[in-house]
Amino acid sequence: MYRYKQTDQRLVEDRVAQFRDQMTRFLDGRLGEDEFRPLRLQNGLYVQRHAPMLRVAIPYGTLAAYQLRTLADIARRFDRGYGHFTTRCNIQFNWVRLEEVPDILAELAAVQMHAIQTSGNCIRNITTDPFAGVAADELFDPRPYCEIVRQWSTLAPEFLFLPRKFKIAFAGGAEDRAAVRFHDIGAVARVADDGRIGFEIFVGGGLGRTPMVGRSMRDFLPREELLNYFEAILRVYNRHGRRDNKYKARIKILVKDLTLEGFVREVEDEWAWTRGGAGCISDATFREMEAFFARPAPEPASDDDSAYLAALAGNRAFVRWVERNVSAHRKPGHAIVTLSLKKTGVPPGDATAEQMDGVAELAERFSAGEIRVSHEQNLVLPHVARRDLPALWEGLRALGLATPNIGLLTDLVCCPGGDFCSLANARSIPVAAAIQQRFDDADYQFDLGPLELNMSGCVNACGHHHIGHIGILGVDKNNEEWYQVTLGGREGSRAALGRVIGPSFAAGQIPDVIAQLLEVYVGVRHEGEIFIDALERVGLEAFKARVYGSERAQGAEA
Amino acid sequence: MSTLIRDGKVVDEHWAWVTADMPEPPDGPAPQGRVLLPLALWLARPAPLPGRHTGVWLGPDDAPEALLPWLADVPVVAIHFPLFTDGRGYSLAHLLRRRHGYTGELRAVGDVLVDQLALMAQCGFDSFSLRADQPPAAALAALAGGLRSPWPCPDLKQRREVGL
Repeated sequence: MYRYKQTDQRLVEDRVAQFRDQMTRFLDGRLGEDEFRPLRLQNGLYVQRHAPMLRVAIPYGTLAAYQLRTLADIARRFDRGYGHFTTRCNIQFNWVRLEEVPDILAELAAVQMHAIQTSGNCIRNITTDPFAGVAADELFDPRPYCEIVRQWSTLAPEFLFLPRKFKIAFAGGAEDRAAVRFHDIGAVARVADDGRIGFEIFVGGGLGRTPMVGRSMRDFLPREELLNYFEAILRVYNRHGRRDNKYKARIKILVKDLTLEGFVREVEDEWAWTRGGAGCISDATFREMEAFFARPAPEPASDDDSAYLAALAGNRAFVRWVERNVSAHRKPGHAIVTLSLKKTGVPPGDATAEQMDGVAELAERFSAGEIRVSHEQNLVLPHVARRDLPALWEGLRALGLATPNIGLLTDLVCCPGGDFCSLANARSIPVAAAIQQRFDDADYQFDLGPLELNMSGCVNACGHHHIGHIGILGVDKNNEEWYQVTLGGREGSRAALGRVIGPSFAAGQIPDVIAQLLEVYVGVRHEGEIFIDALERVGLEAFKARVYGSERAQGAEA
Repeated sequence: MSTLIRDGKVVDEHWAWVTADMPEPPDGPAPQGRVLLPLALWLARPAPLPGRHTGVWLGPDDAPEALLPWLADVPVVAIHFPLFTDGRGYSLAHLLRRRHGYTGELRAVGDVLVDQLALMAQCGFDSFSLRADQPPAAALAALAGGLRSPWPCPDLKQRREVGL
């Protein structure tokens, strides 16, 4: 993991002092609401429905055990004993008091954390694959590049007042587990034929009001040019992105207006000024960063896998958990373990202070003290020896974090929705709970196989509904909550946006609608064919006919 | 009248700010006859150079490249921030200073607030015409001790050939 240098530490401490001063001036009336707003947003502070919300940055989703303990402590002392992990791999505290926020930031700074640029029209938290550095299918570890971009983008003076927010994601190779095609810039690891390391660059992806799949703007960018090229993109966007309408201000709209070819030309012209120049990242910088992310070398796993093998042979619940929540590690004898924050009855992504403390302890015992946050709102222990899996499983069961549902229906993604968020048109947590309750049966879920269901409480799409195989969007109609259903979204290299299947539904109808969609799938699937592949093969019509054929009669809202 | 800060000090100096559709400078003729012309008027003014008391100001939409022939002579280039949340002026400043090697006075005018001064200074501004309600003492403190990005900004005064 990256460890703060003195300059990093001083920066977060100075930032606390700066924000404390700004907060004081705001509270005593010297700093106006309009002037304070962008300052508080760039420190992660939103004014919400019930209380202010503080969004804390978890750079590229990586946490040390001691940092997670501090998050638990903050949840207990400043919130109501829990936090919410988000689809951008951050954590949100929903019940903080405005005047205590500088104190919370000071607690965070003491463990090398902060809330800088977790909101506002600036470069946001960099995200990546939660399996980065340990995935068996990775070309190279993207985290050193994430850290370089994090440092470059933190307080980057030219780019703190962009037309709109700006999100960057990295993926390390073949399988895109970071949804890079739905970011303003997505960088995917590539190795050229001559062995040079670099990235394919995607631009203009995003969800929200105008969802778009990012487009490839450069097949191969040599790694040393990363910042020169990003700076060129950001400068073109900063100067020419629309500022007259916040709904048309993301870079995707600029790319559309200029056409991809036109946009690429502007960026390449800009890049020509810096290419090969002083802004290139040096080999020494790469070596220094890579050293931070060298994999920890746990005691070489002895060949004694006997406890693991015995559990596999004799314990059906353990086998299920291994099947769904344990992934291949690049090192033989090791495994990557995903902790489900999607237990039925708990709002997706929420973790209590006790759970956070418990995970920190398990991470220290079994995962070299390291935890990751996934954009599916789960936690990951990346360095587990296979022989430790039974003991880890027992520990996770005691914490309620061993639900064997990763990648299945009840592992649904969901924003806080109208229960908390002042932007939301509709509540999402109760609908998620109803779906989880209806489909809680593990045998049924295992039979259905991999299925992504994503839900957002409004068009801002924090719940990523467009890229769920099944997506649910809360909409407001005459002050009533309705839910629109989309089908066919997917992330990864075959990224696609879901399409709306028809008129929206009342909250109470949603579990039945999901059940009908699943019945159609079960009826048409071939052996081993997952939901999204079957849907792409047979098309939307059969699904629509099943849902609206019966719902129309029962008065689905037209 | 707003406070002008240059090189970390409050200076008693008034520059009238001319807009394209304005027959007279807004505050009447400046006492020492110092005026800032909008880019269009600057480009249309008769030769020879108007001298040490005429500067130019750029709006956020303007292309700083238009000033290249005069960068060695123009005494002041001002960049207008219509709103402090409009960040285009930061890029214009960066381009003039870092890319085109402008070494004269680079001034932020318009919605110029204490909390953004350190950012502006990092992008190359060295003078600041504060919004009228901004306290000068706080502005000086912000410039002296403001938080700065630790990532080194490469100095790029040498123009490189385009199309490498």
